[in-house]
Amino acid sequence: MLLKEKAGLDVQAIRAQFPVLQKFLSDEMPLIYLDNAATTQKPQQVIDRIKRFYEEECATVRRGVYSLSEKATAQYEAARKKVADFLGAESREIVFSKGCTEAINLVAQSYGKSVLESGDTVLISAMEHHANLVPWQLICAEKGADLRVIPIDQDGELVKEEFYDLLELKPKILAITHISNVLGTVNPIKLLIDAAHRVGAKVLVDAAQSAPHQPLDLKDLNPDFLVISGHKLYGPTGIGVLYGRYEILAEMPPYQAGGDMIESVSFEKTTFTKPPHRFEAGTPPVAGALGLAEAIDFIKAIGLDKIQTYEAALLDYATTRLSQIPELQIHGQANEKASLISFTLDHIHPHDIGTILDQEVGVAIRAGHHCAQPLMKLLGVPATARASFAFYNTFAEIDKLAQGIEQVRTIFNHV
Amino acid sequence: MSKLKQLYQQLIIDHSQKPRNFGRLETFSHHCEGHNPLCGDDINLFLLVDEENLIRDIKFEGQGCSISQASASMLSERVKGCSIDQALKLFRQFQGMILGELDPDKDTHDLGKTAVFGGVKEYPSRIKCAILAWHALKGALEKEVEEISTE
Repeated sequence: MLLKEKAGLDVQAIRAQFPVLQKFLSDEMPLIYLDNAATTQKPQQVIDRIKRFYEEECATVRRGVYSLSEKATAQYEAARKKVADFLGAESREIVFSKGCTEAINLVAQSYGKSVLESGDTVLISAMEHHANLVPWQLICAEKGADLRVIPIDQDGELVKEEFYDLLELKPKILAITHISNVLGTVNPIKLLIDAAHRVGAKVLVDAAQSAPHQPLDLKDLNPDFLVISGHKLYGPTGIGVLYGRYEILAEMPPYQAGGDMIESVSFEKTTFTKPPHRFEAGTPPVAGALGLAEAIDFIKAIGLDKIQTYEAALLDYATTRLSQIPELQIHGQANEKASLISFTLDHIHPHDIGTILDQEVGVAIRAGHHCAQPLMKLLGVPATARASFAFYNTFAEIDKLAQGIEQVRTIFNHV
Repeated sequence: MSKLKQLYQQLIIDHSQKPRNFGRLETFSHHCEGHNPLCGDDINLFLLVDEENLIRDIKFEGQGCSISQASASMLSERVKGCSIDQALKLFRQFQGMILGELDPDKDTHDLGKTAVFGGVKEYPSRIKCAILAWHALKGALEKEVEEISTE
């Protein structure tokens, strides 16, 4: 039996629900979208949900006394509950943000700023996205704290011995990605969290790349903070989620100030509401939250277990196909890997690969430093090409990718 | 010729794989570093300009995509021996061509072989790659900056 059948996914039926996937770049060239680690396409039901909000339900939340606003508020809070259930958390632990980046900045500027002191250590890894690196760099510089980096080995896995050595510095915060957006490495996140907790560190997990591809159960993983991105999860842009353990959120000062995060305001003193609303100043992205909740329904209906099995089969197939191409080097060979492949092709620059794949075979991939410049330096390349897969991708699309790479080699006289 | 073939003409591939005037000038009068953060292209341009304002020698170091490196290589061949004014005029012509304001097939120009980059205008994301070396040239000659970015 084919793996795709074993996974029990009707990929054609799934594809039919994504309007963009019906698109043709030219008469005979359908769009082949392999940049899912950057953003995912949106199913019709998510698009419809957002449209319905603006057509029939649009009002601000937590302010109006009229029924339209009350309904919008109820739906917004229901979306929060849906996210909480999806992650195995409580509603009051779910803060809506505009994305992962903002959620991490929130933790760095609120929690980080209140606990870090001169000489403290914050631990990150060598495979962090700039979004989980620069906010820590800034707050460490401000507080005189040290930012230390867990190194990675040749395969793109964390060097565990070095991690344990660094824990002896008793870091106050470990901020680490669950899955690398460049290498696809799946970090042993539970092990890392438990070890960091044993030395008293609080742990932030960047789950931008993992939430769309595997089930997450926060009761089991037990992080202190975890961030996810809406648009990488088949939801809209402009919405993200910060999960924070309630006891910690309750002690944290506001990140941004404004409307809807206050209890009472006078010119002398303002008192703030409880979490999560304390961290949602201003009118929140209501349509975004509703769209994200709808995306979660969509994913749940398919089943993250099935998604994970099918995507693993895509990764296996793509790894085999791409490994057969002369001069192609795959960056990231971790034992446990998510469904993406970063590669370079001898001396051909990834941007040239990207342009040619787009024009010749209609394949959209990412080419560049993937917002991970320090990692590029470690790999010894200025940039990589990256194909990242979702459950709506097919084996035939991977064939097209391989065929396109061969055409790149032809244009550059490598055959 | 297809749009793509126009972009990746053999002349461009050849210059990207065997860049001319590649390296550093021991003695130079003008210098500028160019960065294109999108592609991560780098061009480090060295010029030796004599008392008569003629570009006596030019070399560049760099790394990046084929378009950025081939453009630097062909620029170096084109502007060697030019006066500063001529070189700046070439910059304006090249910029005009890339932005679609100058048609190298119809309008008069002095771009020579560098007109091969005319096809880049079809690829907005690659325009910065093609023009990076030219911005470095302008920066160096106008001595206003030691570093430019096409971001």
